[in-house]
Amino acid sequence: MKEKIAEMRRTISEELSVSLGREGFAKLRERFLSRAGEIPGLMKEMKNIPPEERPAFGKIVNEFKAWAEEKFDEVDEALRKADLAAKNASEAVDITMPAVKNEIGTLHPVTLTKNEIISIFQGMGFDVFEGPEIETDYYNFTALNVPEDHPARAEQDTFYITENILLRTQTSPGQIRTMEVKKPPIKVLSPGRVFRSDYDATHSPMFHQMEGLVVDKNISVCDLYGMLDLLAKKIFSSDTKTRLRPSFFPFTEPSVEVDVTCCECGGSGCKLCKGTGWIEVLGGGIVNRVVLENCGIDPEEYSGLAFGIGIDRIAMLKYGINNIHILFDNDIRTLRQFRQQQK
Amino acid sequence: MKAPLSWLRDYVDIDIPVEELQEKLFSSGFEVEELIYLGEEITKCVVGQITHIEKHQDSDHLQICRLDCGEAYGRDIQIVTGADNVFVGARVPVALDGSTLHGGIKIKKGKLRGVESCGMLCSGEELGITDDWYEGAGVYGILILEDTAPIGEDIRKIVGLDEYVFDISITANRPDCQSILGLAREIAAILKKPVKMPDFSFTAHKEANDDAISVRVQAPDLCPRYIAHYVRDVKIEKAPLWMRKRLALVGINAINNVVDITNFILMELGQPMHAFDLSNLGGKTIDVRRAHNGEKIITLDEKEFTLNENHLVICDAEKPVGLAGIMGGLNSEIKDSTQDVVFEAAKFARDSIRKTSRALGQSSDSSAKFCKGVDEYTTQCAMKRALHLMEELNCGTVSETGVEIAAKEIMPTRITTTFAKINKVLGITVPDDTIVEILRSLEFSVDVQWETLSVTAPAWREDVFSYEDLAEEVIRLYGYSHITPQLLPFAAVTNGGLTDAQKLELKAKNALVKQGAFETVTFSFYSAKELDMLRLPADSPLRRVIRIDNPISENYSIMCTTLVPNIVNIMVKNFKAGNDAGRFFELANVYIADEFPLTKLPAEKKTIAIGAFGDNEDFFKVKGITEGLADEFGLTFSYRKAEKPFLHPGMTAEILCGDTVIGYLGRLAYEVCEEISLAKPAFVAEISYELLKSCFSPSMKYAPLPKFPDVVRDFAFVCDEGVTCGEIEAVIRNTCKNVISIGLFDIFRGKQLGEGKKSMAYTVTFRAKDKPLDDEAVNRLTDKILKNLEKELGAVLR
Repeated sequence: MKEKIAEMRRTISEELSVSLGREGFAKLRERFLSRAGEIPGLMKEMKNIPPEERPAFGKIVNEFKAWAEEKFDEVDEALRKADLAAKNASEAVDITMPAVKNEIGTLHPVTLTKNEIISIFQGMGFDVFEGPEIETDYYNFTALNVPEDHPARAEQDTFYITENILLRTQTSPGQIRTMEVKKPPIKVLSPGRVFRSDYDATHSPMFHQMEGLVVDKNISVCDLYGMLDLLAKKIFSSDTKTRLRPSFFPFTEPSVEVDVTCCECGGSGCKLCKGTGWIEVLGGGIVNRVVLENCGIDPEEYSGLAFGIGIDRIAMLKYGINNIHILFDNDIRTLRQFRQQQK
Repeated sequence: MKAPLSWLRDYVDIDIPVEELQEKLFSSGFEVEELIYLGEEITKCVVGQITHIEKHQDSDHLQICRLDCGEAYGRDIQIVTGADNVFVGARVPVALDGSTLHGGIKIKKGKLRGVESCGMLCSGEELGITDDWYEGAGVYGILILEDTAPIGEDIRKIVGLDEYVFDISITANRPDCQSILGLAREIAAILKKPVKMPDFSFTAHKEANDDAISVRVQAPDLCPRYIAHYVRDVKIEKAPLWMRKRLALVGINAINNVVDITNFILMELGQPMHAFDLSNLGGKTIDVRRAHNGEKIITLDEKEFTLNENHLVICDAEKPVGLAGIMGGLNSEIKDSTQDVVFEAAKFARDSIRKTSRALGQSSDSSAKFCKGVDEYTTQCAMKRALHLMEELNCGTVSETGVEIAAKEIMPTRITTTFAKINKVLGITVPDDTIVEILRSLEFSVDVQWETLSVTAPAWREDVFSYEDLAEEVIRLYGYSHITPQLLPFAAVTNGGLTDAQKLELKAKNALVKQGAFETVTFSFYSAKELDMLRLPADSPLRRVIRIDNPISENYSIMCTTLVPNIVNIMVKNFKAGNDAGRFFELANVYIADEFPLTKLPAEKKTIAIGAFGDNEDFFKVKGITEGLADEFGLTFSYRKAEKPFLHPGMTAEILCGDTVIGYLGRLAYEVCEEISLAKPAFVAEISYELLKSCFSPSMKYAPLPKFPDVVRDFAFVCDEGVTCGEIEAVIRNTCKNVISIGLFDIFRGKQLGEGKKSMAYTVTFRAKDKPLDDEAVNRLTDKILKNLEKELGAVLR
């Protein structure tokens, strides 16, 4: 009997030592370990064993069975590993091949810039108000201290619909519309499209502005400077410098232009800043008392500051776009570039 | 405004370099747009004296000159010239070897018919000057200089090209600085120097035969001040060189002494003037009135205009002799024979001049000045100055006959304020003394009583009304560099940020971005051609457009009533630029009027336009974009077959949210694509954002997950080709409220189904809120569904 077991042990070892493949392995396992297999068959011999030897015999058979099972399991494991490796190998891809993806679009650079400016001022407590693009003469001019005979009207090249209805030339009407319905303290931004009858290499008949207005007690030129300086640093870079210089707008007094150090050369002088190191980016001032009075706000009690930003201009400077018309060409190759813009 | 340095120096002592002055002007509100050096082009050109002339052996007209150009350049320089007005002893401009001349001409040593020539003798023209710069510069031939011209001197210093001209941009509030004197005043304040005023003195002579001239102002609203003065025994001749040169520096051609005086004053004081030949003034009368309808005038430049009562004219007893403030009439112009002159200095209302000038398309330096505004104090000064110059130039006798008609007295602005108020505007503390000093330097009269300032503005400053204006004057001279930035330390805290509506709009844009669409921005106006492209019928409401009264061109003449042309044009533009596919959208206003002409502001309706083109696009992919938008807001859109004249008749759908049609979607019709040369499948959708917005639900609430498992069944129905997916879905949904989703997964057509039949395969998911659905229950629901499908659509289970 022992010889028989030794024989079987040798057979199993030999058979398993050569590569059987899945099928051969399964057959071999069937032959020895299935219910009707040769190893369970050894137990049938039990009846031919004298009773006193039976326990020892049972032990031998069980040990042998355990050995065989372990042997088979080892090979089974090896085979499964080999199978998986083969499957993995067969499925390997050239990971440098192009991805399959759904292209996403992007917001327009003007919208991105507008949103960025809004987010800067939002933290300071500004609301956002969007007024109508078709405006009355009153809101666009008269209420803003631009009377009928004012030269600023001639300069602005306004598109008229009727004598009293026009395409707004600035977002400043937003100041009036806000102050008419809200009393101080007021902090509001008014972004949107504006229109002027000027179409050439550097002008577009439609462009975008953002008006800012603060009305409260004790608002001064220092506040105006502080806010616009912060804006410039956030939009361009923290080392951007700003300067104020005198200017004129009918709705502010005093009025200033704000220049920033050139974002191209950092102030050393280049083609973009015409060698001056400075670029004009926006205008502002202390709200003219006439404008406050027009809106029923007492200029002796309250004062205000207002500023107007050319959104397109900021976008152009920020992104290095040298021609305003690129913004309105809407070429997908241009737009696609703005996907990487995070803010 | 062009201001030559030498002219400014007549009124103020400028003792700093031009670049420094440019910087200081800039900081005080006068941006120098260009600092022009007139001698820029001319280099290495000096005064030389001809010491010897001989004829060129091989030429009829060439002469060989030897020149003394001084120790520095050479005492014996040989130059060949073709001019015949040279002579020994003459001092001439010599362009030396390596020099440059007007127009970028470079002069090099060379040989002329074998004879060496080390430069060139110059004419006035070659230096870029005329007789108005230097007497004789206009003659044909070499410019013969005065004998006093120092040999070896830079020619630019001799002929007036050693000159700087500041081109300064003047803000609209400072018309008083549209003049040399006005700028000189500013420079004087900047440099803390006195202003040297021009001479306004003259002597009026009375003579027995002085004719009275009568002046009447019938339109004082358009002409608040009119001054006329009579000068007799006028001799019309050339103005002196100094005056012509001044005019030349600012680009004005000299004409004759009288006209040049008016132009000189226009530049010097900023007051337009006019001179009439009295002999042409019928009735020796000047009448300032509105023109009669249909009245005609021919202006000095020989253009004829037909006038109406909006136009202000200067008339004699019968007819217009001048278009007020714009240009004189040809019938009363100053001629060589003129002996009696009436000068006019007036203030005309700026909007009247602006409107007339625009309406007639006629403008002049004068009208430009009037549009910017002149002050009446300067109007008075200008007349005195003109009479002074007539005397100084000795070209006529000033009579006592002068008339001044004014609507009201000149009242300079008086402001009483405090130092504190001025400083409050600025946010810094400017020392009291400095405030007073600055205001006085600008010729404000200032009276200080403790904290209080009583200030009177100079008569020419019509832009000053309040202490804020004084604050501006102070800070622009004190320097904005003194302003320290701060962030509203005194303001109330406010809660800002976008409103919900503004956030939702941004969300809508981002929803489309996620669907692969690029946001675009297009003009709010286009032309009727765009609507023609859409083949809109004449009575389409979209053709009820708001028209711009003064468009740039017909291409941008009407306000958008639909954004589809814009998005289509973007696709075409991209296609033509070589991009073969793309998805775009725009969220912008369309402009809808209730009635024409507009009496109130029209409705501005926010609208979404979507465009997608390319070989990979199809109707259902583009429908996926609108579905993506619906998902973003938790909405369910349904679609109904529709027709649009510009869309494919078999691929057009209305988009509904609930029962509201909010927009449409479809493939651009073949004939439209052909017309606009868009050779790719193209799809558009337009959705009213206003209507979409009204479907948004105010807030969302979490729905607990289902307690019981879903039951899923697949069916295939055979039906007629004409039955739509939407119809089948609708029947299933309407039949059974336990159906939670229906998904079409296959369509099959084949012979075994029969002609005109198709098989539609669906996965239907059932769920009940309150109980588990067992097979039996689902079978009952299924039976009902099948029965209704057969009854309503003739669809049978395959």
